[in-house]
Parts: sequence; structure tokens; C-alpha cells
Amino acid sequence: MPLGQSLGAPAEPCVRIGDAVLVGQRIGDASGFVSVPVHAPISGKVAAVGRFPHPLGSERPAIVIEGDGADRRHESVRPPGDPDSLSPEDIRRAVRDAGVVGLGGAAFPTHVKLSPPESKPIDLAVLNGAECEPWLTADHRLMLERPAEIVKGLLLIMRALGCRKGIVGIEANKMDAVQAMRGAAPAGADIEVVPLEVKYPQGAEKQLIDALTGRRVPSGGLPMDVGVVVQNVGTAFAVYEACHLGMPLVRRVVTVAGTPLARPANYLARIGTLVSSLVEQSGGATGEVAKVISGGPMMGVAQATLDVPVVKGMSGVLLLAPDEIDWRAPDPCLRCGNCVETCPMKLVPTLLEKLVAAGKTDDAVAAGLQDCMECGSCGFVCPSRRPLVHSFKLGKYLSAERRKAAARAAERTAAAAAERGGRA
Amino acid sequence: MPERLVVSASPHLREGVSVEKVMYGVVIALVPALAGSIYFFGLRAVLIVLISCVTALATEAAIQRMRRVPVTVADGSALVAGLLLAFNLPPGVPLWMPLVGSLFSIAIGKQVFGGLGYNVLNPALAGRAFLTASWPVHMTTAWAAARAGTLSGAPLQGVDVLTQATPLGVWRTAGAILADPASSTHQLAQAREVLADLGSPDTAMHMFLGNTGGCIGETSALLLLIGAAYLMFKRYIGWRIPVSYIATVAALAWIFGGPDGLFTGNALFHVLAGGLMLGAFFMATDMVTSPVSPKGMLVFGVGCGLLTSVIRLVGGYPEGVCYSILIMNVATPLIDRTTRPRRFGEVGKRA
Repeated sequence: MPLGQSLGAPAEPCVRIGDAVLVGQRIGDASGFVSVPVHAPISGKVAAVGRFPHPLGSERPAIVIEGDGADRRHESVRPPGDPDSLSPEDIRRAVRDAGVVGLGGAAFPTHVKLSPPESKPIDLAVLNGAECEPWLTADHRLMLERPAEIVKGLLLIMRALGCRKGIVGIEANKMDAVQAMRGAAPAGADIEVVPLEVKYPQGAEKQLIDALTGRRVPSGGLPMDVGVVVQNVGTAFAVYEACHLGMPLVRRVVTVAGTPLARPANYLARIGTLVSSLVEQSGGATGEVAKVISGGPMMGVAQATLDVPVVKGMSGVLLLAPDEIDWRAPDPCLRCGNCVETCPMKLVPTLLEKLVAAGKTDDAVAAGLQDCMECGSCGFVCPSRRPLVHSFKLGKYLSAERRKAAARAAERTAAAAAERGGRA
Repeated sequence: MPERLVVSASPHLREGVSVEKVMYGVVIALVPALAGSIYFFGLRAVLIVLISCVTALATEAAIQRMRRVPVTVADGSALVAGLLLAFNLPPGVPLWMPLVGSLFSIAIGKQVFGGLGYNVLNPALAGRAFLTASWPVHMTTAWAAARAGTLSGAPLQGVDVLTQATPLGVWRTAGAILADPASSTHQLAQAREVLADLGSPDTAMHMFLGNTGGCIGETSALLLLIGAAYLMFKRYIGWRIPVSYIATVAALAWIFGGPDGLFTGNALFHVLAGGLMLGAFFMATDMVTSPVSPKGMLVFGVGCGLLTSVIRLVGGYPEGVCYSILIMNVATPLIDRTTRPRRFGEVGKRA
């Protein structure tokens, strides 16, 4: 069970080796506002606290629990009160205590998104059922099987935000989910279920808001700047579980797919389950596997090992065969303009790549680098197989490092000045 | 499960387009026009094309070896340059010209800048401009009559039929006679007759099919359009550059190209004449040397059309496609800079 599963600071472990833990028991404390606690997904004994392989790369702090198979619940798992009379503050606290983060992929702590500043009134809550990437069907499955719970979660989100209206956006190739969600929406509430054009990236936050409302989130801004908060349908389900049942986020739906797989499926998997055991559950690989991806084919992270755990933000596990991946080195940019035409953020990817390669990260940022959401559309259409997204990730990293270095330098200067002042 | 997995940055799937597919797509698209040129101009056309292509491939390989970079002649880009250069030569040029021109195209037009993707000018057009500047007589008078060439220009007294036997050349000479106050009534009448002949549906049909004088690969609008349709279907070229280019030429020819004042010009004639079809669909669309943004492509196309019209209507050469595209090639970085798309959610500031 990794301690860092969300954007923001990792949790601090609050159990020790040998401790007995129960399902839903807190095992890591939040360490800041943009941080959430983590909970034991199974009952058993803490076997190790240390660094283990993480799907986002390298080894990161985690707690290993040896299961006892009993699946006993911890006493703290109980409803926080009558769900219909919870105040916005109660909802935010329950959601945070339950360790809920955005389940669409970014894993941003949900209580932060439910706490917009007073200066940004929210008039619309959007549920994202557009499925972020091809191959992934986790959200689709959940909408078919748990529509009522998702709608209850949406109502709680709306109450927390103080907004009247809710929209569920679903791509039009999933009309069964549209029907299910429409059927689940209560008559009294202003909840609309809207089928959307099927295209990638329709599930991207800013594109989704544009498609549903025509509002355009300003460059560098957040959805709250246009009065909207977007949550994934899975997140709404987690909010329901937190507020109605008091059950922390210890499981999620994971799509396990790919041509080399015997039985692709969606699993309601405990967080912390090893990807290798999900693959085994799906009958293992029938053919050669060249790549294992956490997430989808466009934005997912390639894994070096199957011994990584399911984390809160993992929407899928995708296996690719050798003939499905590109082995060839990139060719020079032909300047064909395909990337420019396809970029949903209307950037010039080929220019950004050249600027980053030339070390001109500041120029790249000025040209919109930070607007890039790494959807991978540019890399998909590039005839020269340029490492476009790769270089944008690098550029953002370098830019952040430079900002940090500049801040440190400013601090040092200030400290030195203070010291001089003290001496004088 | 495998011991070793590939780890690379996203996206993990690609559309499957490649440099090779684009380049050989262009080669395939040029095949109809190539077949047409053999039909119209005979085996000499084959010879010129062969010399040009072989030289292009050999030059590319030799220079890449000298530069100690991977030899990538198989990617098809040198072949495209060789083919296009040959298509831009009059069928009567001496056989050493495709060799010299192709050598220049690849060596100076392309490899000096760093090879594929880095060249500023369209290599084939750079080669053609070099030949035109160095051996202008060969490049402007070596027209062979097409197989069943109907364009005679014969009624114009004192005009060497062969040296003027391209539609644009004839059109230009007739225009000059009309504009010359010293022309006799008889000459004026003849010139009018020629212009009327050029504007006739019959001539238009010959020009559409390619049965006129001109460079090896440029005469048949029909065969070029077949190839262009294939490239557009495959989405290897977009509509923006060719459509804006041709539309601009048509509009300006109609407005300013007539002998009897504004709005009397023959737009169809100018669209079908000279190298416009070949240039607009196969050379102005060269990805490397044209802008990357949709808006930039439109600016580029309109610019090409403007320059082509200026050269044709008031300039010193009968044809302006080659220089127009080259000039716009040079302007491409500037166009890219000023036509950056407005970012999603970008607020005000930039006009």
C-alpha cells in the first residue's frame, strides 16, 4: 500500500511492523492540506514499512500488509452521520478522512477540489463519464453497475460545492450507460445526462467543460475559474461510499486489457493488489508481452515490472504485444503540421519540442508548455515518431527545477541580507 | 511473463504514418503524371527522369556518407526531389542538365542545411532555379511539341513556334502585341484571334488533359489531380495550401489578367496553364518548407498565388510558380512566427 498515491505530499505511516490492521483502518496520516490519509485495504499484519516499486516509477514509501483472509472491518468504518443532513464541511471532512482522490488518473485530493475559494462561486458540478482513454472501460462498467450510488455521490458533491446543477457527460458510444444514469437520477434534482461526441481526448477536463457548456477555462486557469468542478464518476462513487457507509477508498475499478491477455476484464480491486495478480486473474498472457502500461495507451506509464500495486489513480492495466509497439528510432521532424492540427490545446508541439531540446525551457513555457496536458495526440499522429510528450514532460520538470533553484537562491540572498543586518 | 519490458514515454500507440509512407505516397501520386509525360513527350522524358532520380539518390548517399550520418536514401525523400526536378524541366534540355540540377538540388538545396527536415527551400525548385539562372536558354526554349500539340502560336508573325510553344508563352506574346502601340491592325487582330483560341473550350480541354507544350510533368492537370486526390485521401497533404494557392491565382487572373480591363481575364486558362497544378499540389505542399499551422498554410498559399500572378501578369518571366514557392519557402519561418494558433483558453493580449 503506497503512502504516496495522490498529487501532493505522501502520507506519514502510523503503524509499525507487526501491528494488526483491519479493513479501513488508517495506516498513514495526511501530511498537509493537499494530502490524504491511506487505509488498510485488507485485514492482517503489517509485514514491512519501506520503499517498494511504484507504478509512477522507481521505489517509493509503502506499507506491506500480510493478509489474514478474514477481511474484518475496522470499527472506524461507520457512516459519519445521516447522509442527507451532512453539511458541506462534514462532506469535505468525510471525503478527506476516507482518503478520496480523483480516480480519473491524476489522483488530486478530492476535498481540495470541493473547497473552492469564496471568490470563485461554483454553479455547476460535472461528472466525467467520458472515459479518459481508449481501451479503458472502468468508468463505463461502474456506471452500468452502480448508477444509483454514483448519482448519490454527485448530489453530495453538489451540496459540498453549493451548486444546484449537475451534468454527467458520457460519450455517445455508451448509450447503455446514458440510459442507466438517466434512470438513476432522482426527479427532484437538476441532473442532466448528456451524450457526447466520441473523440479523444473528450474526457480531458477542459475539453469536457467546453463540450458540455461552451465555457473555456482560461490558459493557466482551473475549471473553478468558469464556475465548474469536474469529478470522475468513480470519484463520485467513492464520495458516496465515504459519506453513506464511512468506507475509505480501499478499492477501485481497474480495467485489465490488451491483446496478449486471455480474459480482459474489469475488476473491483483492492488498492495495493499487485498488477501481476490481476494479470493472473485474467488468465495470464497468451502471447508475448512487450509493454505493460499503468493507465491507457495515450497517457499511461510504462512499467518495468508487474510487481507494482494498484494505486488510487490506476484506471487500467494494459498489455501490448511486440507488434503493437514502435521499435524504430525517431526521424527528423518533417514539419508536416499534423501535431499542430491535432493538439486539443491549440499548441505548436513541434516548436515546443525544439525549444526544450535547445534548453530554452523559458521560451517553451512562454509558448504554452504548461498548457500541455500530455494527452499524446501529437505523438500519435507524428510520422517521424518524435518523442514529443517525452520532451514536454522533461521541459516541465526542468522548468520546475529552475523555479525551485531560483526560489532557493532568493532565500539564500534574503538570509544573507538578514545576517548582515543582524551583525550591523 | 517476460523478463524484460519496454519502458518509454507515452503515447504507447501511434497512427502508423511514417516518413517512408509519406514520401512513397508522393511517388505513387506522381506516377499518373509520369505515365502521361512519357505518352506526350516520348522516351526522352523517361531518360531525363531516370538521370535526375539516380543522381538524386547517389548524391544523397554520397553526402550522407561524407557527413558520417546514417544513409537514408531508402526513405524516398531524395527520390521525390529527383522526380520533381525532372518534372520541372523542358523535355528538350540536354541530358547533362538533369544531372547537374539534381546534384544541386540534393547537395545545396538539402544536405548543406542538414538533410531531410532542415532544408529551407524545396530542393527540386532550388535545382530548377539554379538551372534557370545558369542556362536560361535551355530552360526557356527547349520545348518539344507535345504528341498532338494543337497550340501552334503560328498565326503570330515572326514568332518562333517551338520557342514559344507553351500556352503561357503564347498568351504572353499575344498580350505584348496587344499592349504595344506600334502593333499594326493586322497584328492586333491576330493577337486577338490567338487569345480567343487560348480561351476556347477546345484549348482548355487540351490543357486539362496535358496535350500542350510545357515541362515534362506539368502539362496534364487531369493526371496531376488524380495523384493529388490520392495524397489528400491518404491525408499526406492538406487542402489549405493548394486550394488557397489556386484560388488566388484564379481570382487575380480573372480580375487583372484580361486584355479589356478589370474582370475580363480567363481564370480557367491560368489555373490550367504552366506549372500551377504541379506546384500547388506537389511542391508548395512540401511539408518541410511550408508552415506548420493551419492558418499559416493559408497565408502561404495565398502568398504563392499572389507572387505567381504578379510574375505572370507583369513580371519578366512567362511563368512564376517556381520563384513564388521559393520566395514563400524563405518566408515560412516568419509565417510560422506570426500565425501561431490561439491557445485553448488564451485570453486577449495577442491581437
